[in-house]
Amino acid sequence: MMLKRILAIFMILIIGFWLAKGLSGIPFGADKMLVGKYYLEHVKDQTGAINAVTAVVVNYRGFDTLGEVTVLFIASTGVAALLWRKRRERTAKMEGSVVLTTGSKLLFPFIMIFGMYIFIHGHLTPGGGFPGGATIATAFLLMYLAFIVYEIPHKGFEVTEGLAGMSYVLVGLIGLVIGGYFLFDWIWQTWKLGTIGKLISGGFIPVIYTIIGIKVATELSGIVDNMLKEEVKE
Amino acid sequence: MISAYYFGAISLILIGLYAVLVKKNILKILIGLSIMETGVNLLLISIGYVSGRSAPILSEGIGPLQAVDPIPQALVLTAIVIGVATTAMALSVAIILYEKYGTLNIEEIRRLRG
Repeated sequence: MMLKRILAIFMILIIGFWLAKGLSGIPFGADKMLVGKYYLEHVKDQTGAINAVTAVVVNYRGFDTLGEVTVLFIASTGVAALLWRKRRERTAKMEGSVVLTTGSKLLFPFIMIFGMYIFIHGHLTPGGGFPGGATIATAFLLMYLAFIVYEIPHKGFEVTEGLAGMSYVLVGLIGLVIGGYFLFDWIWQTWKLGTIGKLISGGFIPVIYTIIGIKVATELSGIVDNMLKEEVKE
Repeated sequence: MISAYYFGAISLILIGLYAVLVKKNILKILIGLSIMETGVNLLLISIGYVSGRSAPILSEGIGPLQAVDPIPQALVLTAIVIGVATTAMALSVAIILYEKYGTLNIEEIRRLRG
């Protein structure tokens, strides 16, 4: 046991030495941008967004985001498949205190609004679909933890999740029809809708981030729901 | 001399690796994996940093020459979500294992399998 730990520490120190040696060739804080420079210079006129990160995520490298959404969808389906039971119920026995339940009820709409704010303003402020969706899922988690009988409407959530995923692909397919390639930004490239820096701008970034936000929120809430329930022993 | 950010990121990766190698409890191994993932994300972000520059949101006062590299941040945004997805999957496997074997110790689970 002791020997194993010493061996592990020894091996880890060797790996750390080689990692540090490799990284010492990359100066910290120096300008190493190649493609990044192009993105920063052209992000405003090519995508209409001022947040370069979300423009890269949704617009320039949209396929990554589509894959990411797919990974999250598969994870949510996988969790549901692994934890599938015939009769599932919450096993929590104690209701929270009055302060907790009232406070959660009061906070719930505020967290929801803030989450929506984050994903609608993805092209202007830090954030976007994934942080916004996670924030909304936090609101549902709060309700789950404060009440012993709380339940999200399953049918509606699963349908919303699927519809959001399909509309993301649909927005991409419209781009394929109009612009010639999948995930072509048809709202900005063909119409130049809105002024840069205002809410109505950024081409399809706010549209796609709203879709992604709804999808992520429903998926993470579904994962929380699946993990909180246990099989009922008869 | 190596930068503090690189050092911290490498240390997080190594702490996670140590937990995966040495710990017996599945939950502790998953915590180690999460720590390792945090280290990788910190490393990616710190590689994109350009000293003295601000976040790549080109509002007034911040032009393309005053912003850091946006690509590592976009990459880490993807990596975080994938990390959350894999952690959720792994945690549900841990729940199933506990229900089936009544323990989370990997050596005991190996013995119960025979």
